Amino acid sequence: MLWICLLFAILGVILGYAAFRFKVEGDPLVVDIEALLPQTQCGQCGFPGCKPYAEAIAQGKADINQCPPGGEVGVKALADLLGLDAKPLNESFGIEKEKKVAVIVEADCIGCTLCIQACPVDAILGAAKYMHTVIASECTGCDLCVEPCPVDCIVMTAIKPSVLNWQWPKPIPNRH
Amino acid sequence: MDQDGVIVFKGWNLKGGLDLEGHKDLSRQYSINNTAIPDELIYPLVDRSGNVLTALAKTGERVLKGQVIAGSKGVQGTLLHAASSGLVKENEWRMIAHPSGLKSECLIVATDGLDECCPIDEPVDYRQLSAADICEKVHQAGIVGLGGASFPTAIKITPNNVHTIDTLIINGAECEPYITCDDRLMQQYPSEILLGIQVLLRALAIKNCVIGIEEDMPEAIEAIQKAIECSGFNQIQVKVVPAVYPAGGERQLIYLLTGRETPSQGFPVDIGVVCQNVGTVMAVYQAIVKGQVLIERVVTVTGTGINKPQNMWARIGTPIKDLVSQCGGYNGPNERLIMGGLMMGFSLPDDSVGITKATNCILVATSKEVTKSSEAEIQPCIRCGECASVCPVNLLPQQIYWYSQGGAHQKCQSFGLFDCIECGCCDVVCPSHIPLVQYFRASKSKVFLKRREDEAATLAKQRFERRDTRQVQEKVAREQRIRVKKLALVKRQKESVSSSAKMQDKP
Ligand code: SF4
Ligand code: SF4
Ligand code: SF4
Repeated sequence: MLWICLLFAILGVILGYAAFRFKVEGDPLVVDIEALLPQTQCGQCGFPGCKPYAEAIAQGKADINQCPPGGEVGVKALADLLGLDAKPLNESFGIEKEKKVAVIVEADCIGCTLCIQACPVDAILGAAKYMHTVIASECTGCDLCVEPCPVDCIVMTAIKPSVLNWQWPKPIPNRH
Repeated sequence: MDQDGVIVFKGWNLKGGLDLEGHKDLSRQYSINNTAIPDELIYPLVDRSGNVLTALAKTGERVLKGQVIAGSKGVQGTLLHAASSGLVKENEWRMIAHPSGLKSECLIVATDGLDECCPIDEPVDYRQLSAADICEKVHQAGIVGLGGASFPTAIKITPNNVHTIDTLIINGAECEPYITCDDRLMQQYPSEILLGIQVLLRALAIKNCVIGIEEDMPEAIEAIQKAIECSGFNQIQVKVVPAVYPAGGERQLIYLLTGRETPSQGFPVDIGVVCQNVGTVMAVYQAIVKGQVLIERVVTVTGTGINKPQNMWARIGTPIKDLVSQCGGYNGPNERLIMGGLMMGFSLPDDSVGITKATNCILVATSKEVTKSSEAEIQPCIRCGECASVCPVNLLPQQIYWYSQGGAHQKCQSFGLFDCIECGCCDVVCPSHIPLVQYFRASKSKVFLKRREDEAATLAKQRFERRDTRQVQEKVAREQRIRVKKLALVKRQKESVSSSAKMQDKP
């Protein structure tokens, strides 16, 4: 038993070192593209996260109008970067929606941990058979935890307007 | 017309600015009145810079006047004290002093009318205190800039290794129309203000101090001048600045008094200056010399919509309606209720809002005062350049407006969006009635939002990548575990095979 532990410890060290030593510096184009994506990590673009989508765009395997959270503004930014023409969002991947955050109705949570596994950014706290909760500030609003919940206790909630997130409205332009 | 020892400016050497009608006579000739204890004191648990305060008094607890009831954390953390004794009610969502007109969580003290005080510190001689002691006491007293920005004073006066300070500027140039609270303070408490200045000079370990007062406040100039003569604090200098708006803007006043320009995106400390408002100096005096914490301030309640305009010592947290009723109430239907001045203030939805440390003025405006572009029809910009000629910061408002209305908020920044002090001069002169400042504020909001979103995206990316790495590591480790188990199994099988072979060999 002891030598198994030891073996794992050594393996762990080797893995850690390898990750550090052989770290691949990303393709600069991928980095630039990824910087324009909203990092919601929702997978609506058809790829398992923003980085894979960025890679696909860089390799010409995906179009620039597949990211609904980025919206028209995002498509335009990508078009500018890549010297392409802006185009409307491809609605077969979804439509642009207002950002929401996931809220777990704590009374109904059965502690199954399925949502934790689904969350791409580790924004859910909890343990087996214990109540789970979403760290609102870390939640990207990707929706991915809603589907796996067996008791449907996760609700996507609109972000409440408060003095902390309030914005000066732009004046209403010419009325004539 | 140089008075003895008073330096009078011959000309306005600052670009831009406006000669606005002061309307100061509505309130400036009456002495500051005390106010009754309101039934309720309302304390929002968020300040205007977006710092969240944590309630430190429990629901149902009886608090005394001067007791700490809330505080914010971080380097810019400040303390809030109860302005009278009473019971802490359950927190409620109330309308607060904020341009959004939104409700926010508030701590509410139901006063008991006894006004029972916390035991206060024995008054000490400030000359016995070290700079660090003064800063700590100023922090404990909850003092922030009372001129409107509400920046914690202790931070401003705490020495640091980066900046060498050589001048303390006292802002007594109350340039906004209608507001007279600093004028009254200087008229009524000149020696207290001088002592407050001495305390600040001690904390900063410097000798040089200039008080800038607008030329249309002769009584204040005289009072301060007399007090200097009597006290012998001759290193304190009075300089009279022209009554041009916005001579009292921090950067503008510093430039007028010292000729030094605060760098764009920089702070006065970068040019060796610390600037404090007269009201803040008074609060420092009260904290250090009298041992009192900041629980009240002078508020100008004025405007043609109120019966008896005046200045009053109001407890922080007092609902505006209480102040209004003590000023004889409204004299008819009012156009707008403004917190702060006509130029830099903002409209309030109703008079239930409590005053904050930043509230210097409540303006009850009738249609006479509201002549802003709000009712006039907005016309297209004719590029006349009027706005640029009055901008005290030397910006090209028409240019910023152009990008702002087109949604190019990032582009606005290269035209100095964040140097705009929102003084409103450009608004006033624009012949097309374009609400320029509101465009600029909207653009600033958008830029801040973008920054917040970018930060959130970076965080999400990091968390996603960390999770990814973890999952890969877990997978490798799992495979490794399986391999080791398999090996062990094979070995055990071999062993059992060989041992059974041996057993078979034996007989
Ligand atoms: S659709 Fe979702 S996962 Fe894909 S790039 Fe946009 S935010 Fe990222
Ligand atoms: S004052 Fe108004 S109309 Fe004239 S240039 Fe400025 S924004 Fe345009
Ligand atoms: S509001 Fe801004 S742009 Fe307009 S005059 Fe004042 S500083 Fe200049």
